[in-house]
Amino acid sequence: MTDHTVKSFGEQLEALSALVAQMGGLAEAQFAAAIEAIARRDSVAAERAVAGDARIDEIQQEIEDRALKLLALRQPMAVDLRETLAAIKTAAELERIGDLAKNIAKRALVLNREPPIRLTQSLARMGKAAQNQLKEVLDSFTSRNAEEAEAVWNRDGEIDEIYNSLFRELLTYMMEDPRTIGLCTHLLFVAKNIERAGDHCTNIAEVVYHMVRAGHLANTRPKADVTSETSVPYETHA
Amino acid sequence: MVESFLRLRNSAWPLVIGMIAGGAAVLFAGPGLFWALVALALAALLIVQFVTFQEPILRAQEEKTDDPVAALPPMTRLLLDQLPIPVMLLDDDERVLFVNHSMRDVLGPGLDRKRASSVLRNPDVLGAISDARGGVATNVPFSLPVPIERHFQAYAARISVTPPATALLLHDLTVVRRSEQMRADFIANASHELRTPLAAVTGFIETLRGHAREDAAARDQFLDIMGIEAARMRRLIDDLLSLTRIEMNEHVKPEGRLGLDGVVRQAAAALKPLAAQDGITVTVETQAGLPPVIGEHDELVQLFQNLIHNAIKYGRENGKVQVSLTLQDNQVHVAVRDDGEGIAQNAIPRLTERFYRVDVKRSRERGGTGLGLAIVKHIVSRHQGRLHIESKLGEGSTFSVFLPAAPAEIAVKTTQPEPVTEML
Repeated sequence: MTDHTVKSFGEQLEALSALVAQMGGLAEAQFAAAIEAIARRDSVAAERAVAGDARIDEIQQEIEDRALKLLALRQPMAVDLRETLAAIKTAAELERIGDLAKNIAKRALVLNREPPIRLTQSLARMGKAAQNQLKEVLDSFTSRNAEEAEAVWNRDGEIDEIYNSLFRELLTYMMEDPRTIGLCTHLLFVAKNIERAGDHCTNIAEVVYHMVRAGHLANTRPKADVTSETSVPYETHA
Repeated sequence: MVESFLRLRNSAWPLVIGMIAGGAAVLFAGPGLFWALVALALAALLIVQFVTFQEPILRAQEEKTDDPVAALPPMTRLLLDQLPIPVMLLDDDERVLFVNHSMRDVLGPGLDRKRASSVLRNPDVLGAISDARGGVATNVPFSLPVPIERHFQAYAARISVTPPATALLLHDLTVVRRSEQMRADFIANASHELRTPLAAVTGFIETLRGHAREDAAARDQFLDIMGIEAARMRRLIDDLLSLTRIEMNEHVKPEGRLGLDGVVRQAAAALKPLAAQDGITVTVETQAGLPPVIGEHDELVQLFQNLIHNAIKYGRENGKVQVSLTLQDNQVHVAVRDDGEGIAQNAIPRLTERFYRVDVKRSRERGGTGLGLAIVKHIVSRHQGRLHIESKLGEGSTFSVFLPAAPAEIAVKTTQPEPVTEML
């Protein structure tokens, strides 16, 4: 960062960034607990994830307040302005990720009351992929690394691919045995939530890229989620 | 500023110049100017003394911005750095003052002077650090779930030095946690996957005891099938064991330095007889001047054996399996290409899931355990490499492994710790 004549301004900006990183840590922990709840049928972790959401909302408020104060009193320019903006935007995305984690955890509580199903392992793996995206995009935020952010942005396709495959598999299950529809619907929403969390990571990647480079990543991201156009034909057994 | 004053005060040359100037003044200008010079010198001396008097205050201000770690004796610093326990020292703004070698292994490079929350975001650890800053030593368990799962116990405590600092120590619990987890996973997987072949064998035993007792032809046929099922169970147990072993060590960086060409050729040679059964030819092509990689020999052999074995299993009869080794962006790229049926696009991202099979029946026929690519993935991840799978239905598949080229060999001399006597 460039040296500021008023030293405390630089410090304020840095403290704002540190707060975003701290919020990122909370979102990461919450998301990890939600995925663990699915993978290990761990209802304690699920409850931890549900409870953790309040703190994330609180810290988002604080980030917004501080950023607003900074904008009003210091009127930052150029990279400082972009950093302030990035803090607000990233905090909003992280808040969404926290919500999604909370929703996954709630569904895990339901799933854990049912008999185990192998597909939860595939979901857990998909969750790991999203966790990795979240970790790397937060790393790129703290290290101000545009290349790393771009790599995260490009890698979202992998999560979409897993989502497509799971989506088809779940549809097939439900058709084969209608008794699984209740369970599979929960699994489907969990998969969707993980996929959405991945999308929020790419949004953060765009924010980081803009903050560092002042330019925008291309408008069309390689989007590989085709489930909105997927159908599995219903086979009637004679 | 202060330094130059101190140097002035401590050196002899102002006195010498003063004496010469005094002598010259007496000689050439008489005592009048001499006394004027003496008065001037006295004034200068007073000013210097005043600065000396101020010195402690000025010093303290300067030291505050100094790195207290730099003040440590070199021996202590060296010990701290080489300690196998990750250590981090933070100042009162929760900025990183010092990280040792082990901590850099855990958190990566570029940590100096950063805020604690920027380098280690875990909320429990940050909580422990701020508790410690308030004087309460705490320890909390935490884990880093990705890219390779690691578990730690973090200890944070205030250390009384000036300026005050907070120490963060990590105790690596990965091995303990992993072995607990592995045992649970192993039993779950083994009991689940062994059930089918075991049921088949039990069923045949029942039949042999019953109405097939006197039927020689059926007996031979059943014994053959039982043999196949038993072999499958053995392979499954072998694969589960090796997967468990690899997972146990996944967080430990490999150390050996080796050329991949030899490894790949060894793997291919071991599978020659198997390929010959299906009339498949396996070719290995190596780009000249390939750099070595950091890796463990046996694991890498297993990695390429699994990939080439898959290519043979799912390749076309009388077809070709081509293995090529090239250098790309400082990474050694090994591609294993077959000309089989290929894999549907939506199955590709899930191939490395354990027990995931594109075609369950076919995999069973070909003696697959559903673990081969899971093993590949874990070996690649331990070697900090990347696995990429490309496939077109009807044309075949390419499994690519990218492993980072080993950095240029560091001269042995610099890695040797300096003798202690020299440090003292």
